[in-house]
Amino acid sequence: MKAFEYVRPSTIREAIELVATNPKAQFIAGGTNLIDLMKHGIAAPEKLVDINHLPLKKIEKRDDFLRIGALVLNSEVASHKRVLASHPLLAQALNAGASGQLRNMATVGGNLLQRTRCPYFYDRAFPCNKRIPGSGCGALGGINRMHAIFGVPEKPDPKSCIAVHPSDLSVALSALEATVLVQGHRGERQIPMADFYRLPNNRPEQDTTLSNGELITAVEIPDAVFQKHVHYLKVRDRASYAFALVSVAAALDIDQNRIKTARLSMGGVAHKPWRLFDAEKMLTGQAVSETVFRQAAEAAMQGARAFEHNAYKLRVAPNAIVQALKLAAGLS
Amino acid sequence: MANAHLRPAEPEPSLNRVDGRLKVTGAATYSAEYPFDNLAHAVLITSTIAKGRIANINAKPAEAAPGVLAVISHKNTPGVPAYPPVKQPAERAPIGTAFRVFYDELIYFSGQPVAMVVAQTLEQAQHAASLVEIDYQTETHQTDFVANRSTAAIAVNVQRNKTSPFQDYDRGDPDALPSAEVKLEATYTIPTQHHQPLEPHAIIAVWEADDKLTVYDKNQGVKSAQGNLAQAFKLPREQVKVNAQFIGGAFGSGIRVWPHTVAAVLAAKQVKRPVKLVLGRELMFTSVGYRPFTVQKIAMGATKTGILTAITHEGTGQTSAYEEHLERTILATRAMYACLNVSTRYRLLNLDVNTPTWMRGPGDATGMFALESALDELAFALQLDPLELRLRNHADADPERNLPWSAKSLKECYRIGAEEFGWKNRKPEPRSMQADGLLVGYGMASSLYGFHRHPSKAKAVMQADGSVVIQSATMDIGPGTGTAMTQIAARILGVSPKKIRFDLGDSSLPDAPGQNGSATIPSVGSAVHDACKALKNKLLILGASMPGSILSSAWPDEIVIKNGRIYPNAESRSSVLYTDILKYHKLPQVEMTEESKSGPERDQYSMYSFGCHFVEVHVSPVTGEVRVKRVVTCADVGKIINYKTARSQSIGGVVGGIGMALMEESVMDHRYGRYVTSDFASYHIPVHADIPQIEVFFVDQPDVHVNPIGAKGLGEIAIVGVAAAVANAVFHATGKRVRELPITVDKLV
Repeated sequence: MKAFEYVRPSTIREAIELVATNPKAQFIAGGTNLIDLMKHGIAAPEKLVDINHLPLKKIEKRDDFLRIGALVLNSEVASHKRVLASHPLLAQALNAGASGQLRNMATVGGNLLQRTRCPYFYDRAFPCNKRIPGSGCGALGGINRMHAIFGVPEKPDPKSCIAVHPSDLSVALSALEATVLVQGHRGERQIPMADFYRLPNNRPEQDTTLSNGELITAVEIPDAVFQKHVHYLKVRDRASYAFALVSVAAALDIDQNRIKTARLSMGGVAHKPWRLFDAEKMLTGQAVSETVFRQAAEAAMQGARAFEHNAYKLRVAPNAIVQALKLAAGLS
Repeated sequence: MANAHLRPAEPEPSLNRVDGRLKVTGAATYSAEYPFDNLAHAVLITSTIAKGRIANINAKPAEAAPGVLAVISHKNTPGVPAYPPVKQPAERAPIGTAFRVFYDELIYFSGQPVAMVVAQTLEQAQHAASLVEIDYQTETHQTDFVANRSTAAIAVNVQRNKTSPFQDYDRGDPDALPSAEVKLEATYTIPTQHHQPLEPHAIIAVWEADDKLTVYDKNQGVKSAQGNLAQAFKLPREQVKVNAQFIGGAFGSGIRVWPHTVAAVLAAKQVKRPVKLVLGRELMFTSVGYRPFTVQKIAMGATKTGILTAITHEGTGQTSAYEEHLERTILATRAMYACLNVSTRYRLLNLDVNTPTWMRGPGDATGMFALESALDELAFALQLDPLELRLRNHADADPERNLPWSAKSLKECYRIGAEEFGWKNRKPEPRSMQADGLLVGYGMASSLYGFHRHPSKAKAVMQADGSVVIQSATMDIGPGTGTAMTQIAARILGVSPKKIRFDLGDSSLPDAPGQNGSATIPSVGSAVHDACKALKNKLLILGASMPGSILSSAWPDEIVIKNGRIYPNAESRSSVLYTDILKYHKLPQVEMTEESKSGPERDQYSMYSFGCHFVEVHVSPVTGEVRVKRVVTCADVGKIINYKTARSQSIGGVVGGIGMALMEESVMDHRYGRYVTSDFASYHIPVHADIPQIEVFFVDQPDVHVNPIGAKGLGEIAIVGVAAAVANAVFHATGKRVRELPITVDKLV
């Protein structure tokens, strides 16, 4: 690990200034991913700006949304009474991720900004466009069992990237149409989840639409009707402490066995949480039934394409969608 | 969390781990934790290519970095005295040459140490390591087992040794297979798997003088490490001291002395300070061996009634380009079942990878996955219960050596296992059992492991205060060696375990084998037994010689000793204390050292441990996820010395077997000849949530032919067969036969 300077500013404004004015400075919160990246020599900040003590640790009920401060720990969100009552999908997604120890360190903001776990990204002996733009994508012709099936062009650009985003929380936030609050030295802005992450295209090194020095201060989740009929399904290689092969966040508003609104998002399948808009549309207004769920899953899979080792995702993903919908709807 | 039940009742309460408190309070000192004021830190730089040569090393930027004491490579190494002079130009080492660290510019595998930075602090060494610039000249490498399989051959080692067990083996009638009533042929693959103990390998090397070396090194055999280092550095054995008192797991990764250990010794020599070197998790994948990628073809013939008439078993394992690693892959098949006609073939495939090594149940865990899967396939083909098929082919004597077993209670293991598991509730048809929308499968497999006993010494000392010290250069990589040995000593001497101290893990102690091959209890346990018996006899003779001693007229076999108090017989109320005897004779201590080893019984009996595993899995028909719900395991390993530690040993073996069956796989990108699974995020081992209730049973009958304590080894047999039992259960649940481990979602959906 490279030697670095460590600073602990006392205000949000000061923290943002420190990073915005120095391209080699980085925020650090829980550090559960950044420290790994530094150990591997992938991140080599000259200055670490510790934001852990900044006043971004509240979970607050606002008019028609819940605001969760960026520094609230994953474990705090997952066990928070109000979250459990109004947004149980969030708790389910968080508890499906990492381990108890990590959830006790990791923050909400940090969770959203964690980097992919693609092995080609972490080992500097391999090429990786996300690590060194233009060096090539190791996974494209390599071992791609964990990689994307959505958001990948028919002929993937060798300068692009087929990695997936590893966060479970962001999949749930995407289904719940949360907004990310960020603050930069030019002021505040609100980024809808749908616009927060990017597809790799020709700039795979850029995971999000954040600008340098912008700090996530909170996420806001609209009060919704998704208390009763939600499910986060995570398919993985072991029972706990594994990244998703495929995950599905399903949220339904059901009235008298009829679906008023449906929200679906998937993890482990794309460079960002993958909203299933077509499937959602298809489900709206339908009576709850496995047949309908199956049709929605088929619609959701349009445009998916596999590489050498991840064709199984094309089979698992629709099953997972149906299963998540069934569990959300209470169909057994 | 595993929860082992104990039935039948424990014959006597198990001694708790003698070092348990030290371990859970952090008071136990592991190799990397020995404090030295002037400790320097070494960091290895490893090759990023799989084959070729180092064209250039630019160490200047690293040498100029803060805190750096040395940058060592083949260009400036102080040299290992036992290495032959380097040839110019460098030539590739012939097969059979152990890897030589910093020897010449040749690259044999990705992850090979090519340079090392030594600095004042670890962080300085790590940073400087990133500044060393290395240019390679690459050559075409071959790391892909499947693509190169046709080049596999009989090992050179085997070609030279006509009595090698890995010679082609044929018994009986070669036409038995083609003419069998029922035939089956299948190919089974196990991927490369890594030991990955939680404690990484680590060493602190200290040159006490120019000709005197001490190492605190994580390994499984202080005596073999001592011999190896003495030879490498051309020192008399007694000038090398190896200490490895506490080991945080090893599973075979610490049997050899690996290049990083030699590297640290070189570093300490170069900088003239104690040097610590700890392998990072990613280096643990290329530095300390692994279970080799192995492909096995099994063909079986049987009668319609399920009597095996022929088995052929061909195994091909991966090894490096410079060494041959042979393991027992095909050997179990010769001894396991009563089959007249058996052929085995064993081949090796040299690839541009580092050398594999023994990993828990080496060869047997691999071979029995294939054999016991094939048995299950045969049972299905015959419409016969898998357990019944095994019973019908039970070997009442060793069919390979034509010798009686020293002891064998496998049928009793089957009975206990089947009953405790509820095997009778298994519906024969695959996919016929369900629970909560999940497919339920029951599977079973047999296990066996050869008996190993090596010459071992132990010293037993009775001190004037009545406390006892037992010493042997044996090891504890986790099973609880000190606890079991203390229990053996306490039983013989009639002394409370609290008064006994057992010393191990130090090369200056009496000679003992390393901890491998499930040989510790059988070998060292026997030596401790013999030493304690000799000590007791000596003390009794001394006691009887005291004037008016109540022991002078006692019959030796009637003497009863409790808490250090010697009674001439069970009825007697008067007694003599051990301490009285030493006091009378004015002795500060009385000691005896004994060596214990096998005798002619090795040629009269065939010696194995036996056992079986019963597994229930639940498989999601939707996602293909497999979870093990229940395991019942039963072993016949002779006398159980300590039920509690034995049970833990069995649980650990089953956990390892579940990992082997369902998740462990080191995946290589063959374009680079480099692993893409070099961390715990991608190399999966089971977590608590993967481990269900595991019930452990033992037959617990002493094997009177093997050694004075009647105990056989347990460490390896605990894992042998588990992967097959899981795979068989998955077949029963799903109707899908997975012959390539691990059994992951992608293979089931």
